[in-house]
Amino acid sequence: MRPSARTGASTGTTTGTTSAPRLLWVPAALAVGLLVLPVVALVVRADWSSLPSDVTSPAAVRALTLSLTTSVTATVICLVLGVPLAVLLARASGWAADLLRALVTLPLVLPPTVGGIALLYLLGRRGLLGESLDAWFGIRLPFTTAAVVIAQAFVAMPFLVLGVEGALRTAGTRYEVVAATLGAGRWTVLRRITLPLVAPGLISGTVLCFARALGEFGATALFAGNTPGVTQTMPLAIYSAFNGSGVTQGTAVALSLLLVAAAVAVLLAARAWRPGRAE
Amino acid sequence: MTAESTLHARVVVRRGAFVLDAEIEARPGRIVAVVGPNGAGKSTLLDAIAGLLMPDEGRVAIGDRVLTDAATGRRVRPEHRSVGLLGQDPLVFPHLSALENVAFGPRSSGTSARDARRAAATWLEAVGLADLADRRPDALSGGQRQRVALARALAPRPAVVLLDEPFAQLDVRTAAELRDLVREQVRRTGTAAVLVTHDLVDALTLADHVVVLHDGRVVEEGDVLAVLTDPAHPFTAALAGVNLVVGTMSDGALVGPGGVVVPCGPDAPPPGSRAQVTFAPAAVRVGAAGWETRVVDVENGATGVRVRTTADVVVDLAPAAAAALDLRVGSPLRLAVDPGDVRVRPAPPA
Repeated sequence: MRPSARTGASTGTTTGTTSAPRLLWVPAALAVGLLVLPVVALVVRADWSSLPSDVTSPAAVRALTLSLTTSVTATVICLVLGVPLAVLLARASGWAADLLRALVTLPLVLPPTVGGIALLYLLGRRGLLGESLDAWFGIRLPFTTAAVVIAQAFVAMPFLVLGVEGALRTAGTRYEVVAATLGAGRWTVLRRITLPLVAPGLISGTVLCFARALGEFGATALFAGNTPGVTQTMPLAIYSAFNGSGVTQGTAVALSLLLVAAAVAVLLAARAWRPGRAE
Repeated sequence: MTAESTLHARVVVRRGAFVLDAEIEARPGRIVAVVGPNGAGKSTLLDAIAGLLMPDEGRVAIGDRVLTDAATGRRVRPEHRSVGLLGQDPLVFPHLSALENVAFGPRSSGTSARDARRAAATWLEAVGLADLADRRPDALSGGQRQRVALARALAPRPAVVLLDEPFAQLDVRTAAELRDLVREQVRRTGTAAVLVTHDLVDALTLADHVVVLHDGRVVEEGDVLAVLTDPAHPFTAALAGVNLVVGTMSDGALVGPGGVVVPCGPDAPPPGSRAQVTFAPAAVRVGAAGWETRVVDVENGATGVRVRTTADVVVDLAPAAAAALDLRVGSPLRLAVDPGDVRVRPAPPA
């Protein structure tokens, strides 16, 4: 899922799968099986007769609505904060930039549950910042919808930052230099040259970021809890349903299928919208 | 008018052991060629003029408008310098059409979208691309892209345009067409141009004045024809395809390394003094008399065969003359030059 850089020179594509050793087919087929068969099992296992009522049940609709709104909000926050970070990281050099880059990747390698605990210790009622927030502003974040969004942004932002930063590094600064010599100020260069040039990376980064936010479970469970309608997103609803609290495993399967459908829809929408035609 | 927008740059940049210390001047409507080997500091000089780097010492000004002054720390940002750039890679913005690329400069300086597009259309016509205005860069040939880049560089009406080997990636014919176009547009718009090149043809066909940069210093400059017909520096001599030998005068002839003996005629410097001589490869005679040397390599020349010999003297031979000789690598030859074909001057201080 590396973002590809758009350069002016590409005039055609070559397809070159003929030269790969045949033996590669075996592990490749196993990989496909590992990735696809579980979803197939899910589809096979589903009780199609009760599916419509399961999917349209108030609990399912509530969870899906909450999941979509929080994921979209988290993605917007990631874009607003993460793109500037990516731009600055891509243009920075030296040990401080390297360190910062490593820190930004941390949520990517951290188990989400650890992230959830960390967020609690920062923003919880007795947390590093949370105590002051409560005392001064009366803001209590844990176990609110806002906490869901924060947890999602925490785990999803690295995908966006790394994707956009990689695209910016590949694109280089040569077009920006030319734009500056043509009289364009720094904001104009950013708006009309830099961001359009990395649009493919920006879009794939946004899609990955949204998908990660939509699937977020561990950090949300610990930091935001599992209250239906407030913090119970789809993954949490599925987990609860599967453990049989109130609803059946059939409902869990139905909800899972709904989430798969939502994810596929997002991927298809991102593919259909090809950037570069605007401006 | 002329003095108002003449570029004057003195640039000193120190990078470890390398020191660039060069001064150039470019007048409106004229092209100054900066030639020199790789690593001579040509790109660093251009970067300093474009405002992409701050020199350790020196000053860049267009007329009395000071753009960079190391003494005061002043450095006008690239977008406010009125210095355009055309490199060997056209760098046409891939997400914009040809017209939008050319309109980018005027648009950035505050011209309305409609006026910028109109100006861009005029520019595309000037570079012969009126029909292709709506094309995207990936649907243009290399030469067409470089035309778009030229129009784009000149559209904001810069006082100075920096041409950094702009023909290096083009085929011979396209390069020739673009050279004509660059010369025509630079003159028409009265832009002062600095052309960095490796190519003798670029310097000869485009430039009025040539500056030879070697190891960070200007070793030679002047009228292009004068410099290239009578080069004073080995790099210039190599570029111009002229032999240059440095040696000591003895008995009216220059004695150089490898046993080279070049008679110097009536205006020879006094015996014992250091001097250098230049002579054309075609002026060298191969025969029974002269200094002894050996063949180092043989290649196709413009009019026959070009033979490189020890002591770096190059000899051009007509095909028939070459056929009569044994030109295997290492074969001995005797070479001589007539005093009338030799230019002599005192050697520069080492």
